[in-house]
Amino acid sequence: MSDPQPEPDVAELGVPVVEVERLEVNFKGRVGFFAGLLGRKGSDAKAVDGVSITLHEGEVLALAGESGCGKTTTARAIMGLLIPDAGTIRYRGEPLARSRRGLRGYRRQVQMVFQDPTAALNPRQTIYEIVAEGLRIHGVPGGPDAKTEDELVARALSRAGLRPPERFYLLYPHELSGGQRQRVVIAGALVVDPSVIVADEPVSNLDASVRGEILALLMKLREEFRISILIVTHDLGLAWTVADRVAVMYLGRVVEVGPAEEVLQRPKHPYTKALLNVVPEAGGTERPILQGEPPDPTRIPKGCRFHPRCPVVASGRAERIGILNRCVGEDLALEELAPGHDVACYLTGLGEEP
Amino acid sequence: MSVLSVRDLGIEYQTTGGGVPAVRGVDLEVDRGEVLGLAGESGCGKSTIAGAILRLLPVKTRITGRIELDGNDILELTPGKLRAVRWTAGSIVFQGAMHAMNPVQRIGEQIMEPILVHGQSGEREARIRAGTLLEQVGLPTRRLDDYPHELSGGQKQRIMIAMALACSPSLIVADEPTTALDVMVQAQVLQLLRTLQHDLGLALLFITHDLSVLVEVADRLAIMYAGKIVEQGGAEAVFHSPAHPYTKALAAAFPAIGDMRFRGRPSGLGGDPPDPQQIPSGCPFHPRCAEVTPACSSVTPELWTAGPARLAACVHVSGAPALEGVSR
Ligand SMILES: Nc1ncnc2c1ncn2[C@@H]1O[C@H](COP(=O)(O)OP(=O)(O)O)[C@@H](O)[C@H]1O
Ligand SMILES: Nc1ncnc2c1ncn2[C@@H]1O[C@H](COP(=O)(O)OP(=O)(O)O)[C@@H](O)[C@H]1O
Ligand code: SF4
Ligand code: SF4
Ligand SMILES: [Mg+2]
Ligand SMILES: [Mg+2]
Repeated sequence: MSDPQPEPDVAELGVPVVEVERLEVNFKGRVGFFAGLLGRKGSDAKAVDGVSITLHEGEVLALAGESGCGKTTTARAIMGLLIPDAGTIRYRGEPLARSRRGLRGYRRQVQMVFQDPTAALNPRQTIYEIVAEGLRIHGVPGGPDAKTEDELVARALSRAGLRPPERFYLLYPHELSGGQRQRVVIAGALVVDPSVIVADEPVSNLDASVRGEILALLMKLREEFRISILIVTHDLGLAWTVADRVAVMYLGRVVEVGPAEEVLQRPKHPYTKALLNVVPEAGGTERPILQGEPPDPTRIPKGCRFHPRCPVVASGRAERIGILNRCVGEDLALEELAPGHDVACYLTGLGEEP
Repeated sequence: MSVLSVRDLGIEYQTTGGGVPAVRGVDLEVDRGEVLGLAGESGCGKSTIAGAILRLLPVKTRITGRIELDGNDILELTPGKLRAVRWTAGSIVFQGAMHAMNPVQRIGEQIMEPILVHGQSGEREARIRAGTLLEQVGLPTRRLDDYPHELSGGQKQRIMIAMALACSPSLIVADEPTTALDVMVQAQVLQLLRTLQHDLGLALLFITHDLSVLVEVADRLAIMYAGKIVEQGGAEAVFHSPAHPYTKALAAAFPAIGDMRFRGRPSGLGGDPPDPQQIPSGCPFHPRCAEVTPACSSVTPELWTAGPARLAACVHVSGAPALEGVSR
């Protein structure tokens, strides 16, 4: 035998906390009001169509892609907020229970932060009540160093950067700025001591100037409490600042996943490259912009699902290098390109760059 | 020649809670064929300026200073004249404008409306013009017969751009035109705006809180804070070597992929923008400024020279007068 293959650097990744395997979520066909009047029938949407991702302890994983590609649906399935049509989700090795009661412990461990803090907060509750709610649902933890509800709320607010916490107790959400509201949402998640935070576009509704502070807070939580973070974002620039690994989704599938440095600097999937092309850049030399609307999950193309928009196909290159037939006709799965870097594209088999 | 010239503009909303000084002495200039980017956090007064340029603000609002658009003294115009100036001298594309479309009127009719009112053309010509406009914004002519609900968000925003172009204005004010759109669609709409602006030689005032978008489209940038312009200059220069600490913080919110300084270190500005009714003394940015000096709470910086073709309202810039305890 020749030299042993270098071991993939799994030690750096930590143990898997949430494992999603071949997840599928379909939505029954819906029709808009007007289309309904015209007697049209909707077809089912395969919002998530075979997603596998693993979130490791203490890592920040970014889930990126255009709107409608299934990021939020994946996040909601992970939260146990919807029942998948197929696939499994495991938490520390155990498959998720399907009953409300069975999910209770899990729901404490895995907390969600939504995009719109204003919508997430009850306008008629004080900040104290909002943050204490998690404790009222899950119970105040007992034990030798048990704390009172008040102490826990204060600790969560202050960990979320709202200091001194008492100053916020009796305020209402409308009395806070957008950034402060998102901190309240995060405090509400922290109060129950979760091990995972699923943050769905947590800063998209905030002013660009305050985004950094909220992201820095999430990074701090990871560092101090080893909380694992799945951050859903359409912004690859944001992924660069926070994520250890990046998973890029297209039309219900992950098409590329790997270390952020690799995926963002040396993308191997043509779609990842197209997404990177729209990250605004100063003095941006004209970079080709993918045309057309975000794809429609009720009509998933055959073959590689990206082929109708793929620049490699459009330019004729796919044909020249002999992959066109497969691009348009044969579905494909993620393949390991390098340890920890998986790509679903026929180019990689030929060692071609996107 | 400047298409838009704004001089010492002051705007105060009148509310039951008193006056709200949203804009406090702003000068702006946009030339033919030029894109001026106006950036700043929400609430700093950007949309208020846009509204004043076409006089779309509540009637009670107190506006001082001077706005000259295509040779018209906007603040002095009679209501009749004003209606003619909107659409023909300047028009506006704003965020969520697509929700302002009439849901029961076909696209074609909506585009034809301003043409019929202002373009002195008949029904037939107006329809032809509407078709041409659709093609200009990258949509097929047959879309004229569609209703708004048959269009995606990006397509609606294209229609809004077509409407803004309908009467061949000299200036287009685009107020967060892509903010609510998906990334890829946003890039497409930006590309369209840039192409149109270039091909038609339009003057474009492009407003957004997203500085990174502006670097791609704007020739010059004006950075606004608490109702005032705090920095101004060439777009690339302002973004890459900001002079004002506020611009520095805004620019840092958009690190380039590959820039290791930001890897694992998101950076942002602490605190919140001030309430226009409680603007801090001296430099209004001083409570949040990373380079604050003892002089900053008493000295009110003006737009001093901060390098070639660059102005910044900060005590640290080269053109600032000498102050005790301030290094430059
Ligand atoms: N409750 C629902 N009912 C029907 N379709 C849905 C529902 N939620 C999401 N979808 C559809 O599923 C697809 C994926 O949506 P989503 O997960 O929200 O994408 P993303 O978060 O990436 O923008 C979209 O086409 C969306 O319209
Ligand atoms: N009709 C109004 N009446 C009173 N205050 C207003 C009105 N419109 C805007 N404001 C206030 O004026 C300031 C500037 O608002 P705006 O111009 O919309 O900012 P931007 O577009 O930069 O986000 C804000 O503090 C806002 O609350
Ligand atoms: S498999 Fe073919 S169509 Fe799909 S991304 Fe690769 S080159 Fe493009
Ligand atoms: S004048 Fe002072 S407070 Fe204002 S930006 Fe400059 S250093 Fe900061
Ligand atoms: Mg989503
Ligand atoms: Mg605005």
